[in-house]
Amino acid sequence: MAVIPRTEFQRRRNRRKWLGRAFHGMCLLSVAIALGMLAVLLIYLLIQGATGINWSFLTSFASRHPDQAGIKAAILGSIYVVLVAGVVSFTLGVATALYLEEYAARSRFAKIAKINIANLAGVPSIVYGILGLQIFVHNLHLGKSVLAGGFTLALLVLPIVIVAAGEAVRAVPPSFREGSYALGATRWQVIWHIVFPLAFPGILTGVILAVSRAIGETAPLIAMGALTFVPFSPDSPLSRFTVLPIQIFNWTSRPQEGFQEAAAAGIIVLLVILLIMNAGAVILRNHFQNKWEG
Amino acid sequence: MLDQDFILQTRGLSVYYDSKIAVTDVNLNVARNRITSIIGPSGCGKSTLLRCFNRMNDLIPSARVEGQVLFDGLDLYGPDVDPTEIRYEIGMVFQRPNPFPKSIYDNVAFGPRINGFKGDMDEVVERSLVRAALWDEVKDRLKASALSLSGGQQQRLCIARALAVEPRVILMDEPCSALDPFATLAIEELMRELSEDYSIIIVTHNMQQAARVSHYTAFLMLEETRVGFLVEFGESRKIFTNPEDERTEAYITGRFG
Ligand SMILES: Nc1ncnc2c1ncn2[C@@H]1O[C@H](COP(=O)(O)OP(=O)(O)OP(=O)(O)O)[C@@H](O)[C@H]1O
Ligand SMILES: [Mg+2]
Repeated sequence: MAVIPRTEFQRRRNRRKWLGRAFHGMCLLSVAIALGMLAVLLIYLLIQGATGINWSFLTSFASRHPDQAGIKAAILGSIYVVLVAGVVSFTLGVATALYLEEYAARSRFAKIAKINIANLAGVPSIVYGILGLQIFVHNLHLGKSVLAGGFTLALLVLPIVIVAAGEAVRAVPPSFREGSYALGATRWQVIWHIVFPLAFPGILTGVILAVSRAIGETAPLIAMGALTFVPFSPDSPLSRFTVLPIQIFNWTSRPQEGFQEAAAAGIIVLLVILLIMNAGAVILRNHFQNKWEG
Repeated sequence: MLDQDFILQTRGLSVYYDSKIAVTDVNLNVARNRITSIIGPSGCGKSTLLRCFNRMNDLIPSARVEGQVLFDGLDLYGPDVDPTEIRYEIGMVFQRPNPFPKSIYDNVAFGPRINGFKGDMDEVVERSLVRAALWDEVKDRLKASALSLSGGQQQRLCIARALAVEPRVILMDEPCSALDPFATLAIEELMRELSEDYSIIIVTHNMQQAARVSHYTAFLMLEETRVGFLVEFGESRKIFTNPEDERTEAYITGRFG
């Protein structure tokens, strides 16, 4: 004897199907909104800035005349600063994550440290700028230089790198660790030969995210004292510099029409650099990831 | 038998996880170049006991070992003993095959490499794979990923990996539980051959397997009041045909556990 009449099943099934479709539709709508906004932004930028992008724009320095203004110093500045930030945050972040996950995994210290690091990721970026100004510029006498800027951004993104690297390290199956310990490996050998290589793609993803964030940061570098008008290449780690977002911000605040166009062109350049970096990193990650999968 | 005939001996060995006891006062003599099996119901402490022999319990922060484990007379838990040096003398094969996500070759070469081996690696890899009865199947694809092998092949690769560091003892924790009967027989055959040169301890849930391959059998048990104690230990032939303890008989005839 059926407790629920057949027709009741039928009705429920119809409702479930309808619900499924509605949810599908909602997801699609969200994607459409996100992509739509992006498309509008890109089209607007292209219309405004595409004409401004040419060789002399890419290879000229800042100028008071809109038609002579170029973005060379900002491109170089951004690349150098982000390189420093990437290398420093990768090194410190991986070492910290390995310590917290492999050496001190169950200690109370590690637990407290991890909570605090997660919280640091939410500190407003300008705070890091002020910190960088004090520590790197003043205390370590680095001046308002490429190095100081890179270190400041490294501090800013370090929590992201540590959290991502920690997750990647935890995702390495314990059976691989046991297998290598059982062959007489020391802790260092297990980390170096097993844990790090397997966690590397995940760590790389974290560093990419972090560096992508760093390249768009303006506030902390302004607070630290980066320049806004740089008519020279930053040719040493200690030379002064500007970066793309600062240059763009500076141009948008000028009244002349020509600078608005330069700003749009600058944003396109920034996006292209971001895209190249992300694509490169994804390729690198896939290269390491797919190698041994059965 | 004389003491020299035993490669491993436990004296009053107990293991605790925090304050919970898992192995209670076990005295066991493991014969050289023989296969010793450890049987018993789930949770009675077989794996815990096995992991005492290569100090893998050191990796579990809550685990604490009391008593002695003598390896050729040397106390494994003595103050000057470095567990990493024990572990390549006493190899281990795990329940689930766990080859590293590297090439077949690099899996076998891993142990020799980390232990600073400088000689002819190709030769070591070939010899280990031959001993593990895997060479013919993989000799043309040594650079292929170890994860592309079948489960049974992976387990033999893990055995080859353990053999490559020339251990004297091989510990196996239910090495066939993830394998089909055919692969199981292949591993059992392999164990028989290996026992000419190695001392083997195997944990198994499979009575027939213990009876088929092992020379000696230890039966561990747990009761409400006691866990992980040794009920009976002796020649497998005797344990499986004419056990002294009625609990052993109940267990091997399947009336319990
Ligand atoms: N890492 C651990 N932390 C705490 N308790 C543990 C740990 N490992 C095992 N135990 C406990 O110790 C006891 C013995 O476990 P062990 O794994 O040695 O049993 P076993 O005989 O191998 O069982 P099985 O046949 O199911 O593999 C069990 O009560 C188990 O819950
Ligand atoms: Mg077990």
